[in-house]
Amino acid sequence: MGLLPLLLRGAPKRFLRASGSYRSLYESNSRRRRHGTDAAAADQAVNSRADHRPDDQMLDFPGAKAAFTSRMEFISPNAAEAVPCFRILDDLGRALDGSDIPEVDSSLAVKMYHTMVRLQTFDSIFYEAQRQGRISFYLTNIGEEALNVASAAALTKDDVVFPQYREHGVLMWRGFTLDEFANQCFSNEAGHGKGRQMPIHYGSEKLNYFTISSPIATQLPHAVGAAYGLKMDRKNACAVTYFGDGGSSEGDFHAACNFAAVLEAPVLFVCRNNGYAISTPACEQYKGDGIVVRGRGYGMTSIRVDGNDALAVFKAVSAARKLAVEQSKPVLIEAMTYRVGHHSTSDDSTKYRSGEEIAHWRSVRDPVLRFRRWLESNAWWSVEDEKELRGAARKEVISAMNQAEKKNKPPLSELFTDVYDTLPRNLLEQEATLRDTVSKNPPSLAPH
Amino acid sequence: MAAAGAALAPIIENRLLLPPNAGRIRCSSSARGALVVRGAALSEESRKNRSSALKAVAVKGEAPNLTTAKSGHEILLFDALREGLEEEMARDPTVCVIGEDVGHYGGSYKVTKGLAEKFGDLRVLDTPICENSFTGMGIGAAMTGLRTVVEGMNMGFLLLAYNQISNNAGMLHYTSGGQFKIPIVIRGPGGVGKQLGAEHSQRLESYFQSVPGLQMVACSTPYNAKGLMKAAIRSDNPVILYEHVLLYNLKERIPDEEYVLCLEEAELVRPGKDVTILTYSRMRHFVLQAAKTLVERGYDPEIIDIRSLKPFDLFTIGNSIKKTHKVLIVEECMRTGGIGASLRAAIVDNFWDFLDGRPECLSSQDVPTPYAATLEDATVVQPAQIVVKVEQMCQGLV
Repeated sequence: MGLLPLLLRGAPKRFLRASGSYRSLYESNSRRRRHGTDAAAADQAVNSRADHRPDDQMLDFPGAKAAFTSRMEFISPNAAEAVPCFRILDDLGRALDGSDIPEVDSSLAVKMYHTMVRLQTFDSIFYEAQRQGRISFYLTNIGEEALNVASAAALTKDDVVFPQYREHGVLMWRGFTLDEFANQCFSNEAGHGKGRQMPIHYGSEKLNYFTISSPIATQLPHAVGAAYGLKMDRKNACAVTYFGDGGSSEGDFHAACNFAAVLEAPVLFVCRNNGYAISTPACEQYKGDGIVVRGRGYGMTSIRVDGNDALAVFKAVSAARKLAVEQSKPVLIEAMTYRVGHHSTSDDSTKYRSGEEIAHWRSVRDPVLRFRRWLESNAWWSVEDEKELRGAARKEVISAMNQAEKKNKPPLSELFTDVYDTLPRNLLEQEATLRDTVSKNPPSLAPH
Repeated sequence: MAAAGAALAPIIENRLLLPPNAGRIRCSSSARGALVVRGAALSEESRKNRSSALKAVAVKGEAPNLTTAKSGHEILLFDALREGLEEEMARDPTVCVIGEDVGHYGGSYKVTKGLAEKFGDLRVLDTPICENSFTGMGIGAAMTGLRTVVEGMNMGFLLLAYNQISNNAGMLHYTSGGQFKIPIVIRGPGGVGKQLGAEHSQRLESYFQSVPGLQMVACSTPYNAKGLMKAAIRSDNPVILYEHVLLYNLKERIPDEEYVLCLEEAELVRPGKDVTILTYSRMRHFVLQAAKTLVERGYDPEIIDIRSLKPFDLFTIGNSIKKTHKVLIVEECMRTGGIGASLRAAIVDNFWDFLDGRPECLSSQDVPTPYAATLEDATVVQPAQIVVKVEQMCQGLV
């Protein structure tokens, strides 16, 4: 008996529901089966298929639907040309010919620029603060300000954000204040995280920005889950998750992409391909054409965009969001950019890249400067505005830092809370024992 | 010892007087439906303290003879789990199930049978094979308002989701400063089965017990399976519900009325005065089997199914030890690093003064579970060993 009817008989109903062509094949084969399950009928069935030339037959295994071919041809590892990268502005901030500038009016553009500058200022001052020993750790967004802010500006406040850790600009755009940033970095009692996480591991339920967890890419499946919830509630919102070129190597990336595509979850996967995962350059992270080509592997819409072009990022993310929300489908956006700063304050990137390379990207390819040039070309910004903003931003950041530094650290009473919804007995006991120990010892142990 | 001990003594004394759900632990048994109280083995004090709480206690002589009772319905354990899940899904539209083959297939152990037809494909979600992914997905969905029940086809596979369970489910409520809660239930069959091979015979409670932020409960009968399932779903904490591969076809008559059990409570299965036997899951049934022999020989063991693996119900356990002064833990975890190891430490810490001898523990061998039936039987505790141990303890031979 031919294999075909057996295979199809065993196929779960949902495969047949999903694909009309499978159903017609199943039905036509079952007709043949009804006419006889004996060897003669089986031979007839096989022969009738063999009557057709091989190239006319369609692959009808459950796993794929394609034409057969009698030419053995391996698919080469990379296409002849890399996937092109979408941009609107050139490196000097001038709109390219044929560009379709998205609807960004002066107030939106200026607000975006303000946020980028504030982010850049915050980063440089707090990086220095770590160097001076005032905080223990910091991680900058330098070189990725446009990507952060422009992508955030294309979203609504109902879209839920699952960040990796280099997306402070997204949070800043949404309204997290400089004080709130500083409080978290100084892990004082006013911080949203109650001093429990490392600096820059921000989180704000109010602003739909989910608390950062250090392990790479674990937020990707979370985003899929959240998107699934939004889809069930039919909300006009999507989930957005960010990760780097390094994060795309994690198993969770594969898992999340596959799930999002199969389950049709409205989620945007934004890959900040900034060229380095600590010291691992992108050419040692993957052998394919970056991350964008993987989208097709999962059956997911994807695009490659110039991450240092604020307008291109804004336009691409807006369009992707629309697709995700309206069609309940995931979209993969690979934003090409460059990590100008070190990985973090625990890294010295001059060990694995040249100072000239860093200086080049910091100055000539600065995305903030590029956007500013575009603003100036529209007469929306001036040298005076720049001076004023830089001065004001610096003052505000330093003030926030000083205020945060002065505040108390969280009290002992916050050591055991929030492990569970309420304190269980074993933690109550541990707290009592700890307080007892502390009260008998010099004040070098935790205060109150 | 005296000075430090004196400061802590009031704490210890107070603790022993407080039942599990007094103080700040929220007992999830404040169900809206009718509550069923089975038996009453606890003190006046505790009864006062938990006026609206449910006590799931079967007391010898007072327990209704359920096999001949007119009320209630007989049910198999897997079906009791399904009943609990179905009731919660009907009650709360945010409850949904995620796992492999849970949808139209009905689940590998039929715990989700019929749910996809009743509640739709969106709420009973079939996923591709990636435990880390669907556990992570369940966490993300839980953080944004759904109450997810994640099914591991076998508990052992959830080792692939360890990162998500430990670093995220266990931590995010704490590290976010209480902003995001994760009301997820992670469940599945585990334990040593009948020749399922080492990879399918894992005891995950051993690995997860030290992850802060998680609660762990183990069911052992249809009655407590349904009650714990409902309680776990209603809890705002991430809860791991341990089921056992060999207990799914256990039959029992359970009440028709709605009931919810307390996650942090142990179950007094048989009161006694000679020795306290602490056990859970499949070993409960081995202990009961051994108890038959022990009673014939004139011993009077007190058997407690601890049910709550994290945190331990030290109130119930402590009261028992105060009475019997001897404790034997019978577990399926391996000797090293299992629930028994931690429970012994907790008992020594808290009830040292009440013990006549060291807390004993019968555990599985520290080996990957072999396939051959004779070898497999030798890796886990058998009823005969329990009888011997109890006799030794009662005769002062250990």
